[in-house]
Amino acid sequence: MKAFLLLVSLAVCAPSSAQVSYDRILGAASEPGSWLTYSGSYGAQRYSTLDEIDRGNVARLQTAWIYQTRSTQKFEVSPIVADGVMYLTEPPSDATALDLRTGRPLWHYRRSLPQGIVACCGQVNRGVALLDDRVFLGTIDAHLVALDARTGRVLWEVEVAEHTGGYAMTGAPLALDDKIIVGIAGGEYGIRGFLDAYDPATGERLWRFWTVPGPGEPGHDTWSGDSWERGGAPTWVTGAYDPELDLLYWGTGNPGPDFIGDVREGDNLYSESLLALDPDTGELKWYFQFLPHDVHDYDSTQIPVLLDADFEGVPRKLVLFPNRNGFYYVLDRATGEFLVGKQFAKQNWALGLDENGRPIENPETVADRDGALVYPDDDGAANWYSPTYSPQTNLIYQNVRETGATYYLADATYEPGRIYMGASRRPVQGEDPAGFLRALDALTGALVWEIPVHSPPWAGLMSTAGGLVFSGTTDGDFFAADAETGAVLWRFQTGGGVYANPITYLSEGRQFVAIAAGSALFNFALPEPAGRRGAFPPWAVGIVLAALLGMVAGHSLARSRRA
Amino acid sequence: MDTGKTLFESQCGSCHGPLGNGGKGANLAQPRLRRATNDQALLGIIRGGIPGTEMPGSFLTSSQVASVAAYVKTLGLVEPEEIPGDRVRGAQVYASLDCQVCHSLGGRGGITAPVLDDVGARRSAPYIREALLAPEASVPSGFLQLRVVTRDGRDLTGIRVNEDGFSVQLRDFAGALHSFWKDELATLEKQWRRSPMESYQARLTPTQLDDVVAYLVSLRGDE
Repeated sequence: MKAFLLLVSLAVCAPSSAQVSYDRILGAASEPGSWLTYSGSYGAQRYSTLDEIDRGNVARLQTAWIYQTRSTQKFEVSPIVADGVMYLTEPPSDATALDLRTGRPLWHYRRSLPQGIVACCGQVNRGVALLDDRVFLGTIDAHLVALDARTGRVLWEVEVAEHTGGYAMTGAPLALDDKIIVGIAGGEYGIRGFLDAYDPATGERLWRFWTVPGPGEPGHDTWSGDSWERGGAPTWVTGAYDPELDLLYWGTGNPGPDFIGDVREGDNLYSESLLALDPDTGELKWYFQFLPHDVHDYDSTQIPVLLDADFEGVPRKLVLFPNRNGFYYVLDRATGEFLVGKQFAKQNWALGLDENGRPIENPETVADRDGALVYPDDDGAANWYSPTYSPQTNLIYQNVRETGATYYLADATYEPGRIYMGASRRPVQGEDPAGFLRALDALTGALVWEIPVHSPPWAGLMSTAGGLVFSGTTDGDFFAADAETGAVLWRFQTGGGVYANPITYLSEGRQFVAIAAGSALFNFALPEPAGRRGAFPPWAVGIVLAALLGMVAGHSLARSRRA
Repeated sequence: MDTGKTLFESQCGSCHGPLGNGGKGANLAQPRLRRATNDQALLGIIRGGIPGTEMPGSFLTSSQVASVAAYVKTLGLVEPEEIPGDRVRGAQVYASLDCQVCHSLGGRGGITAPVLDDVGARRSAPYIREALLAPEASVPSGFLQLRVVTRDGRDLTGIRVNEDGFSVQLRDFAGALHSFWKDELATLEKQWRRSPMESYQARLTPTQLDDVVAYLVSLRGDE
């Protein structure tokens, strides 16, 4: 059936139905022309084996088509591409399908939102999940919506949490075998965090893992008094999955209130942790808490990057984790064992990590009434935007923010749906905040090269078998660097800040690279070979060639009609 | 009210002055605020800042925002500050100086330095006095003097207009715009806290200084 559909889609170039099964997502590496899940594959390396665009020709990359949203909100999407269709979200909580050949919309889903939406950091959305013939969207009013991939029509929707309580959804869901995994945002509003799984057919909730344990559950005693009820630990960035170990990996955010630790004494499990869960039951298999009792709002909600490699001479299944707190971690992903913790960005909140990876904190950086200077600020050294790992170089690439701020302690009184943070910040004056694209040795975290990018970045990264790393800047540049050396080989000023992750895909056999910037989605490709659609209309090419070349002209016209 | 006062002193005071009578930030000790024309606007500015200016937003809760706003409104109940000097004479002093080579007022003057049309609404009298006597003690954030040397040896100093990872635009003190890709430059020197403005300490009598401060403080952008 699948083979038949593929044949059909090749024949008409625009299939009416996408059949993206779990098996196809599992085998994403074997169809690099598609981009089937948020990070490109379950291993979340955001690496593509496509190599038409390479170090030698990337300088000729040019804009092929642009899609403009109607929103002025930050456009953070990482699109999904399958079977000639691109699926994206537009802020606040809309979804769109585009025809890949022409860039023209096939459908829009426009969500009416209730009044009084709260979202700490913009009404944004980072993308959909695709499974079989369904598109799954998490909304800013904390609903999960299933759409018909052919039409955008609503099949079902469920309320994941009450948005009036400060809950919101901004991340892309993760489609696994017969289940849709979704996280929740709201760490600045005193929510109680969780991770959920839903039945893709019905919307029925299959399990919920509370990231803040309730009474009687293990870890509950790491919260003083009733602080667990408002403990935060959101799960707002998409995780990763290892089908062999059958483990789901997901990062958790800050405990609440963000900057006041006294009211929640203890380690505050499972905030600021990487969780490994059984995807069928939601049962916790192991956890690693990067930052017990955080008081700096460093969510550990980055992308877990899975890597099988020889570590100190022993083949191991690893998870790489460049953390927003400024340290790069390598863990054993079967057991959660701490292997590496290495500072990769300017920071002063920790004096170092102990042998178990637990930070030794610098008490002078805790917010007080007189103000405490902290690096990085609460936007972090990293954030939700994706790193990438390239097996060609064995480097992990991370966009790094080096900005400090002074934090003044303030009161935090919990009211549902109201900010529950406990400090105000003042940016450091009299210097430019700094931003870098950094390449780190994946097994040690040692810096190999860096590119200064002026303003602190909010863009994710993608690496390709063309020997390239693609990145964007807050100042609107989108660029490609040599993955080996960090030499910038191509750049394009998009005119709007890049707050999104790049992807790559094939359309009609050509490689494209896509990035959201400003309010538009840019698609780049190498110039089309002569004689194909592009520089001249097909009829003009045909007339010229017919006049000049007789027989050859017939061939050219036939190609033009087919194109 | 105490909470509002405490919050104001810790989080607003370093720009607006501990008494709210201005500094780098606007003088709030006046009956009518230029931007916060009503309660709603005042709450909005305390919460979200003023985009495109040096006024940042805050993480305060709604009740904290309300208490800061209530405190800010009490600041306007005080008597307006007595400023020595005569603004009419100050206007003549201003015209006789070289300020307009760089600064502009009412659409006339230079373009390398900040506009002075509403300087009195943005800055307090002590701040303006300080800026005239020791310009480098009060360089506005976002104002950066740059020196660049190109690979072919041109050496230029000016004010940064814009910058990204790959390019920088600057305006020299003659007003000419220069745009560079960073790989065309051998040197890119950011001269933080440097100002092209020279001190007026030795060039003004105490009376002239009082007069020109009085004149500048009277410029509120509404004439």
